Amino acid sequence: MTYDLLSPTQLSAALLPDLLLMGGAIVLMLVAAWRPESDAHQRTVGLAAIGLLIATMATVVWMSVRGDSALETGVIAVDGFRWMVDLILLLGAIGTIALAIEHNERDGITQAESHVLVLFAVAGMMILAAARDLMVVFLGIEIMSVAVYVLTGLNRRSARSAEASLKYFLLGAFATAFLLYGMALVYGATGQTQFAEIGLVIRRLNLIDNPMLLVGIGLMLVGMAFKVAAAPFHMWAPDVYDGAPTPITAFMAATVKTAAFASFLRIWYEAFYSVFNGWAHAVWWLAVLTMVVGNVVALSQKNIKRMLAYSSIVHTGYLLVTVTAASVLASTAFTFYALAYTLATFGAFAVVASMQPAGETDARISDYQGLWHVRPWMATAMAVFLLALLGFPVFGGVGFFAKWYLIQAAIAAPAGLTILAVILVLTSVISAGYYLQVVRVMFMMPRADEAVEPLPVGALTRAVLAVTVVLILGLGLFPSRLVEITQSNGFRPYAYSPALDMGLPRFEP
Amino acid sequence: MTKFLVGIGYNGWILPVLLVLPLVGGLLLVLHRCTQRQDADAAMRSARSIAFWIFVAEAVLSIGLWWSIDTVSADWQAYVDVAWIPQWGARFTVGIDGIALMLILLTTLLMPLAVLGSWTSIRVNPHAFYTLLLVLTTGMLGVFMALDLAFFYVMWEVMLVPMYLIIGIWGGQRRLYASIKFFIYTMVGSLLMLVAIVSLGLQAGQGGPPVFSYDAILALTRAAPVVGSYWLFGAFALAFAVKVPMFPFHTWLPDAHVEAPTAGSVILAAIMLKMGTFGFVRFAVPLFPDVAMDPTVRTIILVLAVIGIVYGALVALVQPDFKKLVAYSSVSHLGFVILGIFAMTVESMQGALMVTISHGISTGALFLLIGMIYERRHTRQIDDFGGIAKVMPIFAVFLTVVSLSAIGVPGTNGFVGEFLVLIGSFPTQPYYTVIAATSVVFAAAYLLWAVQRIIYNPLVKPENAALKGNDLNWREIGLLTPLVIAILWLGVYPKPVLNKTEAAADRLVRSVEAARMGSMQQLPPAGGR
Repeated sequence: MTYDLLSPTQLSAALLPDLLLMGGAIVLMLVAAWRPESDAHQRTVGLAAIGLLIATMATVVWMSVRGDSALETGVIAVDGFRWMVDLILLLGAIGTIALAIEHNERDGITQAESHVLVLFAVAGMMILAAARDLMVVFLGIEIMSVAVYVLTGLNRRSARSAEASLKYFLLGAFATAFLLYGMALVYGATGQTQFAEIGLVIRRLNLIDNPMLLVGIGLMLVGMAFKVAAAPFHMWAPDVYDGAPTPITAFMAATVKTAAFASFLRIWYEAFYSVFNGWAHAVWWLAVLTMVVGNVVALSQKNIKRMLAYSSIVHTGYLLVTVTAASVLASTAFTFYALAYTLATFGAFAVVASMQPAGETDARISDYQGLWHVRPWMATAMAVFLLALLGFPVFGGVGFFAKWYLIQAAIAAPAGLTILAVILVLTSVISAGYYLQVVRVMFMMPRADEAVEPLPVGALTRAVLAVTVVLILGLGLFPSRLVEITQSNGFRPYAYSPALDMGLPRFEP
Repeated sequence: MTKFLVGIGYNGWILPVLLVLPLVGGLLLVLHRCTQRQDADAAMRSARSIAFWIFVAEAVLSIGLWWSIDTVSADWQAYVDVAWIPQWGARFTVGIDGIALMLILLTTLLMPLAVLGSWTSIRVNPHAFYTLLLVLTTGMLGVFMALDLAFFYVMWEVMLVPMYLIIGIWGGQRRLYASIKFFIYTMVGSLLMLVAIVSLGLQAGQGGPPVFSYDAILALTRAAPVVGSYWLFGAFALAFAVKVPMFPFHTWLPDAHVEAPTAGSVILAAIMLKMGTFGFVRFAVPLFPDVAMDPTVRTIILVLAVIGIVYGALVALVQPDFKKLVAYSSVSHLGFVILGIFAMTVESMQGALMVTISHGISTGALFLLIGMIYERRHTRQIDDFGGIAKVMPIFAVFLTVVSLSAIGVPGTNGFVGEFLVLIGSFPTQPYYTVIAATSVVFAAAYLLWAVQRIIYNPLVKPENAALKGNDLNWREIGLLTPLVIAILWLGVYPKPVLNKTEAAADRLVRSVEAARMGSMQQLPPAGGR
């Protein structure tokens, strides 16, 4: 159906999945507090949360199949892009909780509320994916971030977890201030908070060179770059990812990033597309810097969680290409890439989580030495995830097509980003160095004599591993259906046909 | 035979079946491993026999191609075209011509021999080894058949991981270093090719969804110069040059060859290097004829080829390790192939293909022989041997014959190819040809000298004397005999092979010449002074 977003009832109807999730989360929080903390209770609430997420997913699918749309531009979007992103976020949340239930048992975390926090975080993210108004963006970011700050410090007995949480909170608050100040300046320059209106005003009043607007966009860019961990605003990521409980690390690396990027794309495509020339250079260089820094620093990591943290920074760099590319194709490439990246990241962190003994230990890459000889399937699965992150065909499954899609979006972009595509592939060669390092440790080195037998893997973690491997490999052979779905759910930069000749490094033979 | 093949609709299904059969075999091996609890010895025996029979089936199936396809026709043969990712214009398109036919037959016929060559040497995780070998075969065959650039790229990359693992898990002392070096080198080239392929596909799509069909892209690049054709050619050429390998991108090859297990070395030398030269013949040159024939580009490539020929031979001369010697000799031989391709006459092109095939046979055989002696002596240092002919006469005979063919002595297959390249290249590139010809002398020097030190010098070392009675067994003789027959047959009567490739080579040379003429006519007339 078509919603009239000015009417409160219809606005609520358009927010049905979000409201369902939030309402369910509130109920679940009461349930969680109802009984004393225990492992069994923690598990029950976790499973109930997964059930709620699946119900939300079903609602999203139902609304997207129905082809709902909004009558006119409002504070939220009702479009395919939102549904696509919602589904990826919900998938990530299910993975997080599935891993967290067993990880909590092992680490002695009995607070059932931890799962509810994941639900709140996802609710915030879904609002972000829908937001078409700066105020709503801020609301979503805060709901998401506050929950994730707490989740990072979930393991109260771990000093590292506390350190990570505090660091994330302080830096996150700082970055939010940037974002908010940027929003204020943009509002000051345009007098609008809705994306479409901002775009219109910029065009009508010809604010393309307005300093207040440009500074506002710049500050917002800094805030967004922090949220997605783009270099040079990435410094928090390795420490936080390393200190947080492993399932939460996966959540941050994949799901939080997807949500932040969805909003990033929407703001930049819809509100700021008219001043493309003003920010394209900055994002271009941000992408290059992120790819280079992430890849080079990842090479020297000895801790697998830190290595994956830097790898997630690298993927931020790749995804920034979709922001600069600014086209329908790029927005669909983003959803495709986000899905592939979510699958691979959750798979990899599932292995990390199940390999980690209880207590506060370094997840060293050398612990994986000779894993193939004792856990052949897990080592093979890990190899698949790493090759997917590397973007390798067939063995890395859908990861390859994700990269292919990005390259296609970059070359076909109106601004012509062939050079960026070349930089992307060249830096991804560097990434072979560290992804394959793990493969080589697992497959080509003998098991160390003093190495302990890896712990048995729980049923839920097994399920996450199986689902991610099957999806990655299956979609890696037959991606056409997924391509079709993403392609019909893209969204268009709010087109006032700006002059695209802004002198980005171009491929001009 | 032809009638029978037509009757069973052979051309309609053979190429997909050749691609899928190894994968089925791999799946079989995995299932076998999961369901059967066996001790190491029984596992080795069951794994190798499953793989062997799959490869034999593959070889038997593929032989029909010799009769079934019409190499004279300008159409693709055994053509199959199925939609794969319609939104991106990527299709599953396979088809072959005479050139691809020879390489496919080389692959399918050599693979069972490679399995026989590693019959007893793979003891750790044999199921995994043979599974990887089977997957690798699919990748290699896919490269030779693919007529869709997206599908081609996928196949091109698919071979990388199995080979990486084969070198890294079952390789020698420095296997970790060699395997990652192999991987990274290949990947740099191929990822740039990926950008080039996507760019070509988008240009061929003309604003709509991209098109990756080989014929469509060929039509695109022939119709008008594509945007950035020099860069695109460069990306393709780099990917192929690393694979061939051309000087100075060859440094991964000695490491990979030396460290790989026997089957790995055989496949690397005999088939995987050929994918590089095949890439030039199928993609880089025909898609960008005016770039490939640009005097500057051509000079650069020819100079690198000639450097590779001479440098490879000179470095081979001083190698103490026999396997490394053969590896460097590959650099030299493959230089001939590149020279033949870029000299761009029908004879040189056919010579290049002949060198491609005969190098596959003789170097494959050399690596197998090295593997056999290594299993007995656990060394490859030439100085550790001496007088082997006295204790292992059969081995000595085989080594001599195969070495003579690698040198290119008349009457063996090596001679035909190199001779054709030299006479074919001389008319257009006399200087390079003269320099390249000198390496024939070096080839004789390094190989004969090595053979002399291994099998003829006095038998002084007790370890070598202890080899008495440990000569080649029936399995080893059985696997070398077909290779020796091929060496002599192609040396004496190469006509059938030349006939099969002639039409394709002729078409390629003609079309490149035509494109060059066309582009010259488009140029403004030179200003008279």
